[in-house]
Amino acid sequence: MNAPLPRRKLRVATTSLAGCFGCHMSFLDIDERLLDLLELVEFDRSPLTDIKHCGTRGPCDIGIIEGGVCNAENVHVLQEFRRNCKILVALGACAVNGGLPAQRNHLDLRDILATVYQTEAGLAQGTQIPNDPELPLPLNQVHPIHEVVKVDYFLPGCPPPADAIWKFLTDLIAGRTPQLGHGLIHYD
Amino acid sequence: MSEPTFTLDGREIPFAAGQSVMQAALAAGVFVPHLCYHPEFRPHGSCKLCTMKINGRHATSCTTPAAAGLEVESDTPEIQDKRRTLLQMLLVEGNHFCPSCEKSGECKLQALGYELGVLTPHFNLLYPDRPVDASHPDVLLDFNRCILCELCVRASAEVDKKSVFALAGRGIRKHLIVNAESGKLGDTDFALTDKAAQVCPVGVILPKKCGFCVPIGQRRFDAAPISQHVDEFKPVAIPGERA
Amino acid sequence: MNQHDAIQAVLARHGNDGTRLMQILRETQEALGWLAPETLTAIARGVNWPRAKVEGTASFYSFFHTRPLGLYRVLWSDNITDRMLGSVELMQAMCQKLWLEPGRVSEDGLVSVDATSCTGMCDQGPAVLVNYRAVTRMTPERVDRMVELIRSRTPLADWPQDWFRVEDNVRRSDILLGNDMVPGDALRACLARGTESTLNEVKAAQLRGRGGAGFTTGLKWEACRNAPGKTRYVVCNADEGEPGTFKDRVLLTRQPDLVFEGMTVAAYAIGASKGYVYLRGEYRYLLESLNSALARRREAGLLGKNILGRSGANGGFDFDIEVHLGAGAYVCGEESALIESLEGKRGVPRNRPPYPVTHGFLDQPTVVNNVETFAAAALIALRGGDWYKSFGTPRSAGTKLLSVSGDCERPGIYEYPFGVTVQQVLEECGAGVGTGDTQAVQISGPSGITLGPDEFGRRIAFEDIPTAGAFMIFDLRRDIFDVVRNFIHFFAHESCGFCTPCRVGTTLLKNLVDKIAGGHGTRSDLNEIHNINRVLQAAAHCGLGHTAGNPLAHTLEKFRPAYERRLKSLEFEPAFDLDAALSQARQMTGRDDAGAHLANELETPR
Ligand SMILES: Cc1cc2nc3c(=O)[nH]c(=O)nc-3n(C[C@H](O)[C@H](O)[C@H](O)COP(=O)(O)O)c2cc1C
Ligand code: SF4
Ligand code: SF4
Ligand code: SF4
Ligand code: FES
Repeated sequence: MNAPLPRRKLRVATTSLAGCFGCHMSFLDIDERLLDLLELVEFDRSPLTDIKHCGTRGPCDIGIIEGGVCNAENVHVLQEFRRNCKILVALGACAVNGGLPAQRNHLDLRDILATVYQTEAGLAQGTQIPNDPELPLPLNQVHPIHEVVKVDYFLPGCPPPADAIWKFLTDLIAGRTPQLGHGLIHYD
Repeated sequence: MSEPTFTLDGREIPFAAGQSVMQAALAAGVFVPHLCYHPEFRPHGSCKLCTMKINGRHATSCTTPAAAGLEVESDTPEIQDKRRTLLQMLLVEGNHFCPSCEKSGECKLQALGYELGVLTPHFNLLYPDRPVDASHPDVLLDFNRCILCELCVRASAEVDKKSVFALAGRGIRKHLIVNAESGKLGDTDFALTDKAAQVCPVGVILPKKCGFCVPIGQRRFDAAPISQHVDEFKPVAIPGERA
Repeated sequence: MNQHDAIQAVLARHGNDGTRLMQILRETQEALGWLAPETLTAIARGVNWPRAKVEGTASFYSFFHTRPLGLYRVLWSDNITDRMLGSVELMQAMCQKLWLEPGRVSEDGLVSVDATSCTGMCDQGPAVLVNYRAVTRMTPERVDRMVELIRSRTPLADWPQDWFRVEDNVRRSDILLGNDMVPGDALRACLARGTESTLNEVKAAQLRGRGGAGFTTGLKWEACRNAPGKTRYVVCNADEGEPGTFKDRVLLTRQPDLVFEGMTVAAYAIGASKGYVYLRGEYRYLLESLNSALARRREAGLLGKNILGRSGANGGFDFDIEVHLGAGAYVCGEESALIESLEGKRGVPRNRPPYPVTHGFLDQPTVVNNVETFAAAALIALRGGDWYKSFGTPRSAGTKLLSVSGDCERPGIYEYPFGVTVQQVLEECGAGVGTGDTQAVQISGPSGITLGPDEFGRRIAFEDIPTAGAFMIFDLRRDIFDVVRNFIHFFAHESCGFCTPCRVGTTLLKNLVDKIAGGHGTRSDLNEIHNINRVLQAAAHCGLGHTAGNPLAHTLEKFRPAYERRLKSLEFEPAFDLDAALSQARQMTGRDDAGAHLANELETPR
C-alpha cells in the first residue's frame, strides 16, 4: 500500500558539519534520479543552494546532517536544523558515531592544540594557538549528532551508498518507514 | 524411534543428546545471532546475543540444553529488539570505526548489525582509551574493537596450550591482556598460526602486512548476510570433549 | 626479609597451590605493600599458572592493587547510610588536609584516600578501612587526628584502639541470638540421630536459605549428598556484600561456634570432610578471632579427625574448616562466583546448569549456604525440625536477623520471627522519632525492594517481602533520588563485566542517572532507563545484573516526583554539558568572549 504522494513539494535542508562532503557527493551520485527527486522536493539551506539559514523561508520537512559535532559552530548549525526541521536525519558514519574526526577522542584536546601549534617541529616562528573570536572553538571531544539533538533517522555508511540514500529518501518522502536491507546498510 | 524435538518459533527442531538449543537450531538450518559462540569451543554464555525465550523465560540458547517439548521463541520483535540493544551496547563500549577496520565485511558484530537493522549506536559513545599493540612481528592487536568474548583466551589455552590471552579488570574496565610482564604480545610465544589468531569475531587480532588483501565489497558478509552462512556455524565435535 | 624471600614464604605456606591464589595474593600484599609486575611474575611461576591468569585475578578485586597506593590506604565506605552520616564531607576534608585527590597517591607515596563499596558498618558509620582494617564512627575530630597519625607515620598498632572497636548493637534477640547452646551439643545430637535423620530434621524444619534466594536447605543438602563425586565440600557464604547488611558480621563475632557447628552438621549430613568460610575482605579484622575459635573447636574434638571420638571404618567423622578471605568484590557473594574465587580465579558467575550441588568447588558436589542458614541449622540439629517450625509463619519457618540502619534512633541487629510487619520494626528501632516521618524503607539492599509508607503494613516473610536482612530507613529529609543514584553507582562499580548487558548497561544507567542529577535529564532519559532495565532483566547472566535496575524501577514507580523535579521540561537535552565541552579550548586560547561559550539549552526560535 502506497501512501498518497504529497501535494506540495517537501522542503529539504542539508549541511555538512565535521564531515568531508563525501556523503553529499554520494547523494549526488544518485545521478539522474536527482531529477525525479526534484519533482518531489525543493532544497532549503544546503551546499546545493545559496540559502544561508534554514527556516528563513518557512519550516523544513527534512533536515539532513552530514558529519559529527566538533566545534561550537557545529552546535549552532545543528540546533538551527533541529529547530526548523520536522524530521532530522543523520547521514553517514561521522553523523552517526563521530566517524574519523572522533578518532581524536582518546587524546586530550589541550595536548593536541599544543602539539599542532606549539611543539611540532617545523612550525613558523611565532606560531600560536589561534584565538581569533571569529573562529569557532573546538569541543573537548567530537560527538555524534544524536548526543546533541534528537535525531529521527540514521543512515550509516562512509559514505552511505547512493542507492541507500535514494531508497531511504524515497521511502521517507512516500511516508514509509525507511527499510534498507542487505547491501544497503553499511558501516564502512 | 523418532528423534526428540522441541519447537522453535512454531517449528519442530530435532536434537541429539547433549546439544544445546542453539546447536540444534543451527543444525536444523535456523540462524541464531551469536558472538561468543564458536562451533569448536564449549559455550561461553557472555555476549547474550543468542538469548531466547525458553518455556516463557529468557535464557541463553547456547548454554541451555535442548530438551524434548521445550517451547522456544527467538525471532520475535521483543527478542530481536533486545538483541539490537545488546549490539548497540557493544558498539558504544569500544571504538568501532569500520571504515578503517581490516575486518570490515568479515566482522560478526558488524554483520549482525546489518542483519538486525542496527542503524545507530543509539547510546552515548563511551570512547574508551585503548592503546594498540604492534609489538609482535606478524600480528597487530587493536583492543579498540575487543568485545571480550574470550574466544582467543579459550583458543590459546585449550587448543594452542599457550594461554597467551587473559582478561583483567572488572566491569566496564574489563580488558584483554597478554601473558607477559611487559604486557606486550611481542614478548609472548604467540604465532600467526595459532588457533587464537583465527577465532576473533571482530577486528582485534589482525595479521600484519596484509592491508585490504580482499577488497571491500567482496568479503564474507558482503556476498550474503550472516544469516545465510548458517552452515558455517553448525556444531562440530569439540576437541577434548566427550561425545 | 627481602622481597623474594617474602614471596617464597607465602607460596610455601600455601603449598604453591594456585587454587589458593586469593590468599597468596593477600598475604604477599600484606607483606610487600602492593603487587608489582615482577611480584605477579614470581607468584605465577610459583604456582605454575600463566602469568596473565594471575594478573587477571589480581586485577579483578578492589582490594588487590597492582600499583602502589601508599603506606596508608584509607577507604571510605560509600553506602548511602555512610553518606547520610556525613561521609562525603569527611572524606573531602581528609583529602584537603592531605592535599590529595581521591584515588591518587600523595607525591611522597605516603597515603591514598578513596571510596569503597559498603563495608558493613552501617549501624556505626561513617566507616573507613585503613589498610583494610575497619574504623567506625568517623567524626571531624577523628579525621584530624588520623591525618596527624598518618603524617607522623605512626604504625596502626599505635593508633587509638577504640577506633577499631566494632559494636554488635544487638537490639532484639530471639531463638538464634538468644541461644545458650554448649558447643558440640548439636553435633552430639546429630551423631546420635544418624545422617539420614539429621537431614530429615532440616527438611522437616522447612529451613530456607537466608542469603536471599530462599532455596530450601534440606533439599540442597540432599541433592549434594546424592550427587556423585570424589569428595564433598561445605562452604559458608560470609561475603555479606549487599549494602546495608551486617548481620553475618555480628553472628561471626558473637556466635562463631553456632555457625561452625552448623557447617559441621551439614558436613555430617552430606558426607563432606572439608569446609570453607568465604569471609569478605572488609571483615579481615575477624580472621584472627575466627581462627582461634576454630582452634578451640579442634582441641575440643569438634573439628578435625574423629570428631567427638567417632572413629572406625563406618562411624568415623572427619571434618575441618578453613577461613578464606575475599578481596572486595560484591559479586563473589553469588555462590558460583564465590567458588571461582575460592579456586583462585576471577569472581565470575558460572554457567548453570550444572549447579554447585553437583559441580562446585574443584568440580565436586558442594553446599553453599549463608552464615545465618548454618546457624539456624545448628539449632535445628539440637532441638529438632518441629521445634524450629513452630516459629515464624506457616510458609516461612523460624526467625530472621535484620540489619537496621539509616534514620532511626537504635540502628543494629533485630531478630524477629518471620511475619513481623515493617511498621513494627520501624516502631521498635525508633524510626522517624524527632526527625520527621519515614518516607521509604529499602529492604534487602539495593537489589531488593523500595517500600513507601502505604506498604509498611507488609510482612517480612518469603511469601510477602523476602530479604537477606538489610533494612535501610529514609525519613522525609532524604532525597530518594540520591539514594537511587548511590545504588546505581554501586552496581556499575561491582559488575563483574562478564556479560554484555550488565557490563555496559550498568554504566549506561549510571551515566543517565548522573545526567539527571546534573539537571540535564528529560523524559526520554526515563524511557531509556526502562529500556536498559528490561534488557538487564531479560539477558543478564546473574542476579547482580537482573536486579541492578530494581532501585530505579521501584522508585520511578513509587517516587516519580523525585525524578520529575529534576527533569528539564524539554523532550531532549544533550548528553553532555555543551559549554563545559569548550573548556579545554578556552583554556588553551585564553578566550572568554561570547563566541567561546555555548548555551546549554536550545536557543529560542527567532
Ligand atoms: C550478586 C549476588 C550477591 C550475593 N551475595 C550473597 C551474600 O553476600 N551472602 C549470601 O549468603 N548469599 C549471597 N547471594 C546468594 C548466593 O548466591 C546463594 O544463593 C546463597 O549463598 C545460598 O545460601 P542460602 O541458601 O543459605 O541462602 C548473592 C547472590 C547474588 C546474585
Ligand atoms: S570490529 Fe567490526 S564493528 Fe568494529 S570497527 Fe571492525 S568491522 Fe566495524
Ligand atoms: S580479542 Fe577478539 S577473540 Fe579475543 S576477546 Fe577480544 S573480541 Fe574476543
Ligand atoms: S550480570 Fe553482571 S555481575 Fe552477573 S555475570 Fe553479568 S556482568 Fe557479571
Ligand atoms: S552466543 Fe550465547 S551468549 Fe554469546
